[in-house]
Amino acid sequence: MKISFNINGQPQSVEIEDPNTPLLWVVRDMLDLKGTKFGCGKAACGACTLHVEGEAVRSCSYAVKFAEGKNVVTIEGLGDRENPHPVQQAWIEHVVPQCGYCQPGFIMATAALLAKNPNPTDEDIDNNIVNVCRCATYTRMRKAIHRAADLTPSSKVLNE
Amino acid sequence: MSRDNTCLVSTILHLNNSTSAAFQLHNKHSASTIQKMNKNKKTSRRKFLVRGGLGTLGVLAIGTYVFRNPLRRKTLSIAETLIPPYNGSGTKANLWFEITKDNQVMLHSSKVEMGQGTFTGLAQMVADELDVAIEQIQVIGAASATGIVDGLSTGGSLSIASLWVPLREMAATMREMVKGEAAKKMGVAKSDLTTKDGVVSGGGKTMTYAEVAADVTEWDVPGTPDLRPVSSYKFVGKPIPRVDLAAKVFGDPIFGMDAEMPDMLHACVIRPEHIGATFKSADTSKAEGMNGVVKVIETEDWVGVVAKTFSQALAAKRAIKVTWDIPRKWTESDIREMLQVGKGDRMITQKVGDELDPEDADVVSIAFSSPIGAHAQMEPNGAVAHVEDGKATIILSTQVVGITQKQVAKALGIDTDDVNIIPTYLGGGFGRRLNTSHAVMAAKMSKEVGKPVKYFFTRKEEFQNDTFRPPTHHIMRGKLNANGFLDSVEHHYASGDVAINSVLMPGFAHTVLGTDFGAMRGANIMYEKIPNHRSVQWHTTLPFATSWWRSLGLLANTFAIESFIDEMAIKAGKSPVDFRLAMLGTEGNQARIRKVIEVAAEKSGYTDKVKGDKAMGFAASIDTGSPCAQVVEVSIVDNKIKVHKVTCAFDCGIAVNPDQVRAQCEGSIMMGISGVLHEKMTLKDGQLYPTIYGPYEMALMRDAPGEIDIHLIQGAEVPLPVGEPPLGPIGAAIGNAVRRLTGKRVGDLPMRVG
Ligand code: FES
Ligand code: FES
Repeated sequence: MKISFNINGQPQSVEIEDPNTPLLWVVRDMLDLKGTKFGCGKAACGACTLHVEGEAVRSCSYAVKFAEGKNVVTIEGLGDRENPHPVQQAWIEHVVPQCGYCQPGFIMATAALLAKNPNPTDEDIDNNIVNVCRCATYTRMRKAIHRAADLTPSSKVLNE
Repeated sequence: MSRDNTCLVSTILHLNNSTSAAFQLHNKHSASTIQKMNKNKKTSRRKFLVRGGLGTLGVLAIGTYVFRNPLRRKTLSIAETLIPPYNGSGTKANLWFEITKDNQVMLHSSKVEMGQGTFTGLAQMVADELDVAIEQIQVIGAASATGIVDGLSTGGSLSIASLWVPLREMAATMREMVKGEAAKKMGVAKSDLTTKDGVVSGGGKTMTYAEVAADVTEWDVPGTPDLRPVSSYKFVGKPIPRVDLAAKVFGDPIFGMDAEMPDMLHACVIRPEHIGATFKSADTSKAEGMNGVVKVIETEDWVGVVAKTFSQALAAKRAIKVTWDIPRKWTESDIREMLQVGKGDRMITQKVGDELDPEDADVVSIAFSSPIGAHAQMEPNGAVAHVEDGKATIILSTQVVGITQKQVAKALGIDTDDVNIIPTYLGGGFGRRLNTSHAVMAAKMSKEVGKPVKYFFTRKEEFQNDTFRPPTHHIMRGKLNANGFLDSVEHHYASGDVAINSVLMPGFAHTVLGTDFGAMRGANIMYEKIPNHRSVQWHTTLPFATSWWRSLGLLANTFAIESFIDEMAIKAGKSPVDFRLAMLGTEGNQARIRKVIEVAAEKSGYTDKVKGDKAMGFAASIDTGSPCAQVVEVSIVDNKIKVHKVTCAFDCGIAVNPDQVRAQCEGSIMMGISGVLHEKMTLKDGQLYPTIYGPYEMALMRDAPGEIDIHLIQGAEVPLPVGEPPLGPIGAAIGNAVRRLTGKRVGDLPMRVG
């Protein structure tokens, strides 16, 4: 069956045999966007986090049929080298990644958090950023999240 | 070209129509050069093999580096430090550097990048001797067909330490080669030429390295130049941002999991879930007719199913019914029974002075234990393999490029040189990728279907087929003298395999060496002034695979020893800092251990008094020549241990990249916190459990200390291992803080209070 959605701002249709196929595999293997990672396939690690309608979604456990007509954003659409998203900018400033495998998932989860909560407290971060990083880059991530909040224009508006 | 060091890897990995040409080119040049090189078995120290004119790439490549006599190298005057020589092939000509047309230098690294920052450190070392800007260097993992791959592994925290001299010497030699050639081309005396940012200048003229290198087929190779003083370096010693930073922040396809080949199929594999189970029979009839399924492959110990997409392969896997022979359902108590001090092979690994009499009423004895630990690296193991016409190309995340190459060649019955292993960035290593036997599985399946096959583990396979950190059991014994210092201390420890039976060392090594040196990491007593001290290993091979886990025995051994030292300080009524300092000598490594202890105590404002709801814990260790002391601030809320702050003093000699040394300290500390507070695999119904994150509890953001305060002490004139030594003290430091808060000594990991 045919499923249509927007990906990183572009309309996209895919022909899929099983509409319950996880969005992760459609994004990675059909659309060739490899930034969204497979870690567990059971919504337990967050490596596959992307945005659907601005919400952080664990795409390994999200059937592609639910994406019909929606806006999907992956790490590739969040920002690029010329125009990094504030979260990516903060990640660069704090040199967060080690192996890097978990990082797109964390960056997407953080971007979604900041969109809702532009100035998260440490407790907000603890409660909302629950992905797994085996290299354990958590202390730098926490600093980078606060820095991203400072860099996000909306947070400044709200602060004033 | 951007300063993105990963673009070539991306090109290799990302095979769609537009880039497959690059891939084929890469392959072709590998094959032809290999043949050429193999004829040239003999190379003297002076003779670099030089390749020129690789056409479209505009490449200068310099080849073999044959080592100086290791004795001639300025090595460490530090007795305990054993940096093995760099293990790459020293006789086979291969590629280290290429200069591209746009004046970039490509470094083909014999070591892989798994997060430890090695690529960045190597780039810094090269930049300073080759006189190029860091932005001009691209680092890629050497493929076995074209580069020098490490014959053993990337591991043991040795990449920077072991390449410190050879890589800089090669870079310096290449600089002199370029200068020599430039002198000819520019008509200026070599001695009048200077080099900077990849440009040769002199006599009012300039030439880029690329211009110098263009069309050169015969190079004059000078003797190895002297290295410059470290103090003169522009990049080494500076916190340069990681060379792979952008790729990792923008989601580039740089991992093994991201690799593709044209026309690639996907595979899933069914393997035994019970420990020791063997394959009996399989009913594959249902799967064979399923959508997208190309072939079901039965082997002696697993069943593979190859399909067009991963989802189809997974669905077919679920439709296959395999019957296993399960000779025995191993239980948790079976393992505990096997793994005990007093059982297995005994080996004294340290012996100074006299043995304690356990019957002596003054002897204090405390038992400790650690559980089975999983690697749980985020990128599952896997490989993309293409086997055709007796040649194999395999792209994967691995710590053992050379060993994987040999294993695949053997399994397929082809020449080693006909197997090209292309390593990618690793989504975590931690020792798990020292065993990449799945490369063989992917290769076999590819051979069966005649097309490229991608096979990676599900998370359940990953947890059940891990090469686990072995459980351990320890008995510490000690006795104070009349002045309240330790007269004797003994560490008796039982461990499963760490180094023994790993791919790096066969089982028979045990009979030769008598001891598992991996299990021994951190097991010896470091306090030389204790008149009587010893360490005794009891080694047992368990019924499931156990092997290297970041820092090997260090985490558990230091937990036992440093918890015990703390308990004895309490018994003696002494500050644990003074207690430790009094037992250390003043020379060499003893002085370096002393220094980290003093710095950690001072910077943390250490006190053994409980303050409010918080207490501090102190511990120290030395591993592979790098001493580390840590102080933690801990509270207990709702029976949960919370680490608020960690102060860490660490001496790894020269910090090639201080920011990345800090990152490794932070990562080690957090991984240690995860290990000692949360992680534990158990046996249930003959299977290893749990098989998913969550139930396998690990540290998350909420467990991260508010602050990790790191103090680097550069107490040696060479870079020493970084990635593992800071994992030593953390467990005992937390246990020692908990002891102060609760009055109880924690003996078993993961720690439980209340
Ligand atoms: S892969 Fe989706 S949460 Fe782990
Ligand atoms: S950076 Fe390696 S898992 Fe997070």
